[in-house]
Amino acid sequence: MNSEARPIIRPLPHSTPLLPAMWAVLKRDLKVNFRQLQDTLNPLLFFVMVVSLFPLGVSPEVAFLEMAGAGILWVAALLSTLLSLDHLYRHDFDDGTLEQLALQPQPLYWLVLAKTLAHWLVTGLPLVLLAPMLGVMVHLDGNSAAILCLTLLVGTPVLSFIGSIGAALTLGLRSGGVLLSLLIIPLYIPVLIFGTGTVTAAAEGAPVGGYLALMGAFLVLAMTLAPFASAAALRISLSNN
Amino acid sequence: MAFDSFQAFMVMDGHGPYVWACYAAFFLLLGGLVAWSFSQRRRLESDQRRQLKLEARNRQQGEPDGRSRRKTSEFNPLN
Amino acid sequence: MWQFFHKLGSPKWFYGIAGRWMPWLLWSGLALALAGIVWGLAFAPKDYLQGNSYRIIFIHVPSAFLAQSVYIMMASAAVVTLVWRMKLADVFVKSVAPVGAVLTFLALFTGAVWGKPTWGTWWIWDARLTSMLILLFLYFGVMALGSAISDEKSSARAVAVLVLVGVVNIPIIKYSVEWWNTLHQPATFKLTEKPSMPIEMWLPLVLVVLGLYLLFGWLAFVRMQTEILYRERKTHWVKTLIQSEGVV
Repeated sequence: MNSEARPIIRPLPHSTPLLPAMWAVLKRDLKVNFRQLQDTLNPLLFFVMVVSLFPLGVSPEVAFLEMAGAGILWVAALLSTLLSLDHLYRHDFDDGTLEQLALQPQPLYWLVLAKTLAHWLVTGLPLVLLAPMLGVMVHLDGNSAAILCLTLLVGTPVLSFIGSIGAALTLGLRSGGVLLSLLIIPLYIPVLIFGTGTVTAAAEGAPVGGYLALMGAFLVLAMTLAPFASAAALRISLSNN
Repeated sequence: MAFDSFQAFMVMDGHGPYVWACYAAFFLLLGGLVAWSFSQRRRLESDQRRQLKLEARNRQQGEPDGRSRRKTSEFNPLN
Repeated sequence: MWQFFHKLGSPKWFYGIAGRWMPWLLWSGLALALAGIVWGLAFAPKDYLQGNSYRIIFIHVPSAFLAQSVYIMMASAAVVTLVWRMKLADVFVKSVAPVGAVLTFLALFTGAVWGKPTWGTWWIWDARLTSMLILLFLYFGVMALGSAISDEKSSARAVAVLVLVGVVNIPIIKYSVEWWNTLHQPATFKLTEKPSMPIEMWLPLVLVVLGLYLLFGWLAFVRMQTEILYRERKTHWVKTLIQSEGVV
């Protein structure tokens, strides 16, 4: 199981070319997720519930929520993503599909990229779609809510990609879920800082183009580098078991 | 000397508790780390010595490679 | 040079070399560090802004500096683990992670306590302390993952991947936290930022930093020797060693 010897782009002859292979993985993951909606719905419900905890636990006053709203939503989105990362690889790991993926002639890097994209489509994207509704609950004004959704749109894929590294590293371990969170949360902090910072800047009237561009840079960095680490970690976890 | 008396050195113009708390933490924590490292080493050595004795005894009793056919558990003192 | 790397593949060779270097590292480290500390505590002049509380700098900065250096060293070792599969590199990472974590905690503790006479609070979410806190989390993560995987080889490689992912993130984290800090607080003066520190202040500081580096080297060797003894416990040379001598 040594992918270092294989060139990245050209697959072996008589095997599926790269993009159709990635598309197949993406489609399969989406199909599997839609058959088992529970895995997808639970993190979303968690998202909504966590957001409600803050007014309940701290203060429902408009002044507080207006100030804290973007941060609350971002933290809740982050925690919800952490919860959802568990099923990124686990089901495939348990039934042997992951081993099959690792044995494919296409480099694991691209297949992992496809899987993570699928994961974002079913977990991150719904968060972005729910955010306006929850924004109303925390009294975010229209402009801030729009910018928040934009930062979530750019930021949640980063969360999925970085998270996939942690999911791969902790695959099959007993302490799985909590360990995953411990490993990944420090790496999430920059995304959180810029996600909420952008909304704060927007609320003060400052131009947000630069911040969004920076988050875009995070996204590009995560999409290009994270699958390397994830693929390496997957091979380690697979060889471990 | 930056201080006129030992008293002044201890008090540090009121900042004494902070400074001394920090230095105490420094020496205590690093000293503790060193002590812990040595105790790990000692425990490992004593466990391995015990293990070797056990194997020698087993070899005497006829087990060819020193391993008892009865179940023995070996635990890692470093964990 | 190549021979040196080849030798590093042998835990037994390293064990011997470490044993010979340890006394030098220990005594030179102690000498430098204690000299620096005594100088800084008792002989360096009072700071005109902060008074005597600035003397915490002589342990805060070395701890913080070393805490970050140790992570970088772990990252280099991680590369060696993944590329050359050298066992000794993983021995280094496993042995040294707790040391880095303690140093980070010390940096945090001394930084926080220093904050009380300086800003009036026990904790402040400034860029430096916050980055140190995140570094502590990274160390904990490495230690947690290392102990969660029981297979030695997989553990070595998984931890190496995690350390490298962390090291790539450290500049990003630092930059983000500094930017975040400017958003939320007016420019507070940084703990050690002075345009020029008088030589009577930075010389003892340098002594403590160097001394702490040497002491770290000593402790790293101590812990690595223990780890090697454990990993090679089935070999003949270890069995002979354990039966013939005591500690150290």
